[in-house]
Amino acid sequence: MLLADKVALVTGASRGIGKAVAEVFAAHGAALVLVARSESIHALAESLERAGGKTTAIQGDVNDESTIRECVKRCRGAYGRLDILVNNAGAMPQAVIGMISLEESRRLFELNVMSMMNLTQYAARLMKAPASIVNLSSIAWRGLAGASVYSATKGAVVGFTRAASKELAPRGIRVNAIAPGFIDTDLTRGLPPEVHERTLAGVRLGRIGEPRDVANAALFLASDLSSYITGQVLAVDGGMPA
Amino acid sequence: MTKLVDCFVQTFAIERDQVTLKLAYQSIPQWDSVGHMALVAEIENTFNVTLDTDDIIGMSDVAKAVEILKKYGVVLDAAG
Repeated sequence: MLLADKVALVTGASRGIGKAVAEVFAAHGAALVLVARSESIHALAESLERAGGKTTAIQGDVNDESTIRECVKRCRGAYGRLDILVNNAGAMPQAVIGMISLEESRRLFELNVMSMMNLTQYAARLMKAPASIVNLSSIAWRGLAGASVYSATKGAVVGFTRAASKELAPRGIRVNAIAPGFIDTDLTRGLPPEVHERTLAGVRLGRIGEPRDVANAALFLASDLSSYITGQVLAVDGGMPA
Repeated sequence: MTKLVDCFVQTFAIERDQVTLKLAYQSIPQWDSVGHMALVAEIENTFNVTLDTDDIIGMSDVAKAVEILKKYGVVLDAAG
């Protein structure tokens, strides 16, 4: 039980990587506050409760400041503190240069970057040492053809993570990022078969990643196992080329 | 004002008589940007409120803190 007596807030928790993070954290004893836009977040919370977990579900959009305030309010009200924040909510639209909508780009930065920054600001005030923030970047932060705006948002996540790690270190709050590669989620299942095959061919370990592979990395960064690690980007990509 | 003064005393490890309405951000070494976040956390926990980012940025002295807390329904009588 690596997270016994810890309180964790996970965004985008209703499916894919966020859901796996919630399940792994619950299995390791964390009390959870889960937030997602989908109403299925309530079903997930109920199933984790049935398995013996302590879980609060919030259906809302982290782009909306009132949702962020509600998250922090619930953490403060129920537990009086927050030990772990996993900024996972995000989206991955693709558009080649020349076909990029500025409006869509602004929306993507709002979700992938601004909401992460905003929630981090609110959450850090509830955190006391030792605490951990885990931000979900992507292998795309190094630059993914066909997804330049998405890549830019994930690069921004890395920049923010590194700066925040320096600012929050004096308070005993560690901040790290995870850069998942080709992971089996709704996003990758929607790719054309030839793209799927070509991407998989570049994975040295020879298989697509599971959301649980990323969740286990989040567990490591959230727990005291990584108590001397901050400001880092952990690639969880099966050895994809840089 | 007692509880609010306690927030400043505990966060910055200063004497009670140093906490006047005029005590301002960056007027003492402890009240720097890092100290400000710790102060905000202490105030939020003490009064069970979640301050807006704009209010945190605008909390430039003790008098302003009193004014901001009023917005959140916190009545600062002798005990508060």
